[in-house]
Amino acid sequence: MLKSTFKKKTYLEQCTDYRHDVLLKGMIEMGFAFEEIEETIRMVQSEKLDIRTITMGISLRDCSGDTANTIAEKIYDKITRKAENLVKVAEELESEFGIPIVNKRISVTPIAIVADNIEKDDFIKIALSLDKAAKNVGVNFIGGYSALVHKGFTDGDLNLINSIPQVLSETERVCSSVNVATTKAGINMDAVALMGKIIKDTAYRTKENDGIGAAKLVVFCNAPEDNPFMAGAFHGVGEGECVINVGVSGPGVVLAALSKLPKTADFGQISETIKKTSFKITRAGELIGRLAAQRLNTSFGILDLSLAPTPEIGDSIANILESMGLSKCGSHGTTAALALLNDAVKKGGVMASSYVGGLSGAFIPVSEDAGMIEAVEAGALSLEKLEAMTCVCSVGLDMIAIPGDTPYETISAIIADEMAIGMINKKTTAVRIIPAPGKKEGDYVEFGGLLGHAPVMKVNSFSPKDFINRGGRIPAPLHSLNN
Amino acid sequence: MSEQKAIISVIGVDRVGIIYNVSKLLAENNINILDISQTILKDIFTMIMIVDIKNSTNDFSILKEDLKNLGENLGVKIDIQKEDIFRAMHRL
Repeated sequence: MLKSTFKKKTYLEQCTDYRHDVLLKGMIEMGFAFEEIEETIRMVQSEKLDIRTITMGISLRDCSGDTANTIAEKIYDKITRKAENLVKVAEELESEFGIPIVNKRISVTPIAIVADNIEKDDFIKIALSLDKAAKNVGVNFIGGYSALVHKGFTDGDLNLINSIPQVLSETERVCSSVNVATTKAGINMDAVALMGKIIKDTAYRTKENDGIGAAKLVVFCNAPEDNPFMAGAFHGVGEGECVINVGVSGPGVVLAALSKLPKTADFGQISETIKKTSFKITRAGELIGRLAAQRLNTSFGILDLSLAPTPEIGDSIANILESMGLSKCGSHGTTAALALLNDAVKKGGVMASSYVGGLSGAFIPVSEDAGMIEAVEAGALSLEKLEAMTCVCSVGLDMIAIPGDTPYETISAIIADEMAIGMINKKTTAVRIIPAPGKKEGDYVEFGGLLGHAPVMKVNSFSPKDFINRGGRIPAPLHSLNN
Repeated sequence: MSEQKAIISVIGVDRVGIIYNVSKLLAENNINILDISQTILKDIFTMIMIVDIKNSTNDFSILKEDLKNLGENLGVKIDIQKEDIFRAMHRL
């Protein structure tokens, strides 16, 4: 038996092997078809394919100290040291590969963990230090002014949360997030009640800019520890010293691919087209992420393949859903269309990269998506429909402006509903809502840039006050009998 | 060191001398052209060149800038990208 394995190959067999080698080599070294090159160029130039963010996660666990000044100093030194070349490397990659890298950002260990011993009034010193470090290295946002309070508060957590309105109104680049629920712990309803007040106060303190402070504040259920997208990014406690996470985007590319399908294409074909497109987008992101990590001498964390819309025309999730045959985003059928989109994006992505993480899916921020804004204006899309949509997409109620006089209990109740969806369905959900000071339903808020503008949406006016003021925790759900 | 491929794309309205001028710039930078293909669709000229930049006498960023400026003079858009991005997106 053994002998036959080493049997000398016949001339014909040798020729076949040789031909096989040549063919294989040829395939590997093959140039590209004109159409392939043209497709990539078209995706970037006219369909707005981009790397939405390269986010460097930096652990600040070694930056604790006795006083706020010491902590602030350590934090500043560490961030400016680790992220010194972040922007430079990102710009190099952008030039070499011809793919725009829109944002360069930093996420850090939740500050409540680093500065648990600090008094409320001193937290601003730490936030200012984060802001200064971000400005110094040239990133536009730094995330991680955060607390994880799904089970309960430490004194430091409470101090940090109570300092959020001041911090978000006095800093430019700091982003904040608070995790108030998980599937394993349930919902901390004391935190939910508190966050309603904090969001309202934050919006009020930035009233000259339509409450933009609240656009930098996210309330989470099951917050991911490696999310590169703002405002919810933080560097989780299970993460390493320093890591590069990349967020890719491309609603425009998906929309363009779907619009080439005939109107009669069935859902199998739609799913297949989204998967293929998502694969290509993800591969571009993975290449950039790996090279960025290599050049920055750190490790590659995850690729977040979220379809993140921008206010530009054609770069819209709503338009993708409409291209499947809905006359307006928000009509009945929207949740099913979004479920298909979200799932197909993930399926294409996981084939393209072994380390997919973060939020991964489709974002449905209202103010950042021209199609969503149009749907709200047309009366097709309501807050209740958006809530239903969050059951099947990657995040939650995102960048939604509501009347400034909405009671805090109502904001808390909106959060509670969203947290319940995340907790029961074992997924991440979030609320980033802006009670725009002085604005009424039908008015507009203007944040500018990527944050866009939004119509102020109608909120259910029946009060949940007594429900919110009960306090305590909603227990963790059962993990069997899943119906 | 083996080849280091990059892809040059030229998109714009057709005119005399596009290939001549791009090739001239590449020759001046000691860059070898491996493949060229082009189409003209509704007066829009698209040319794609695969080149080897291993022995380029200039840095990639300078080359990119020079090509961009040349494109502006010729009224077309010229870009150069390293080939890895195409490999990542179109090959398993």
